[in-house]
Amino acid sequence: MTLPPMHETVILLVGLVGVLTTASTVAGILSWRAPKPLPSTLVNLNQRINAWWVMVVAITVAFFFGRTGMTILFALISFAALREFVTLTHSRRSDHWVLLGMFGIIIPYQYWLVWTAWYGLFTIFIPVYCFLLMPAITALNGDTERFLERVSAQQWAVMISVYCVSHVPALLTLNVPGFEGRNLLLIAFLIITVQGSDVFQYIFGKLFGRHLLSPAVSPSKTWEGLVGGLVASSLLGALLSFLTPFSPLAAAGVAFIACLMGFLGGLVASAIKRDQGVKDWGHLIEGHGGMMDRADSLVFAAPVFFHIVRYFWTV
Amino acid sequence: MTKLHLRANTFTLLQTVTSVGLSAAAWVVTGVRPIWNGSQPSERQRIYFANHASHGDFILLSACLSEKVRARTHAIAAAEYWGKSRLRRFIAEDMLSSVLIHRQWTDETQHPISIMLSVLDQGHSLILFPEGTRNTTDAELLPFRSGLYNLSMARPDVELIPCWIENMSRVLPKGQFLPVPLLCRVVFGPPVAIAPGEERRAFLERARQTLLSLDPRPDRDD
Repeated sequence: MTLPPMHETVILLVGLVGVLTTASTVAGILSWRAPKPLPSTLVNLNQRINAWWVMVVAITVAFFFGRTGMTILFALISFAALREFVTLTHSRRSDHWVLLGMFGIIIPYQYWLVWTAWYGLFTIFIPVYCFLLMPAITALNGDTERFLERVSAQQWAVMISVYCVSHVPALLTLNVPGFEGRNLLLIAFLIITVQGSDVFQYIFGKLFGRHLLSPAVSPSKTWEGLVGGLVASSLLGALLSFLTPFSPLAAAGVAFIACLMGFLGGLVASAIKRDQGVKDWGHLIEGHGGMMDRADSLVFAAPVFFHIVRYFWTV
Repeated sequence: MTKLHLRANTFTLLQTVTSVGLSAAAWVVTGVRPIWNGSQPSERQRIYFANHASHGDFILLSACLSEKVRARTHAIAAAEYWGKSRLRRFIAEDMLSSVLIHRQWTDETQHPISIMLSVLDQGHSLILFPEGTRNTTDAELLPFRSGLYNLSMARPDVELIPCWIENMSRVLPKGQFLPVPLLCRVVFGPPVAIAPGEERRAFLERARQTLLSLDPRPDRDD
């Protein structure tokens, strides 16, 4: 597949590097002026910004390898996310082969289906075939102890970490008239608005947050953060409409829906973590916790974004 | 006489390749991360003692040590299992540089304690699984065998470091050879030493409790 036109890619990269450089500079000045040893919020801020640099570099490298690069990158993200999910949930020794199959068969096959653009199968492989066959294997193994809990956790694990995540590279398979060869920019649009929304929600929540949205699930999500974050990321979406086949107004609308789904993803992820008694999914990314801590919003946004674009913009 | 000829402070090429390769594999599969909670990484002579449920335990623990420390640290393994065939013995001794002991010895020269002491006397460290076997029961940790006490009585200067290995029993359960990727941590606790006049059973139970207390998620039921 061909790469998107150079000038849009360059504007995008310059913009991203500019934002991160500004963030690093501000954080550097704050750290330089702060008392030593640095307060933990500042340490965390520095770690987060550094992790963002790594993520931007990883995605940029994948970007230049086109569909193959993106498919491999998101398969690896699925691997890390699935590993965190399975680590956190209950399993028994008899689940060994099912768990192995999730890593060794489901991830490669799902991403192969995405890579070959086999829409008819990649949208049902996990929700139909894996959904039915995984509990069948577990039943054949004959261990019924906490059966429903174990198979539910396995279903959730593959749906969230593999199926949903695979909809990001699946964007490359869509055929939007007049947008040929530029689908990689859709991925950039989705990731920037949804991850931007996370940052905006955090900032607005810190600045104006008064009313907790769901104190039983998350102590940090506020109404003010949500509204501010959604408005800001919708505006960001409109601003980035030059990357997409959307009009500025439609881009704002699509970004709004994607970011709302992203918010719900974060909420569900918090509920799962709270249920399992942990604060973070893992320890992969310094300052962010695990892969799922960073990807939870993308997980919920990607399939919905994919289907909106497919329904309204493709032939 | 024990046939123990440990090379002074260095690995053979095969052992270096094996140890680097296995540590990398351990990271890919388990994202293993050491948590130093009461002790610090150090090159001093130590006995690392850990819970044992999987062949992967030793690989995970050594992946948490520096290359330099790894080259002078030897896992104690059962000769009944690892000495059974030439291939197993080759893997255990020539690749993993572990030291084999007989749990049921007949000959006084095969006495496990004297073999382990001879390793310590060359200035090297040990990795010991004091439960004596891989734990496949529902109990978190089996009772300890006496080795830890006897070694510490004979060489009181060697630090005993408890190491809790998390999740490895789920990654590679006994009887399986393909690992499931799951996140693992190894928690290194504060050194344990025999108190003056402390009796064997009391010490072993105290060491066992110290190791148990390192489990970061004790409420887990699997």
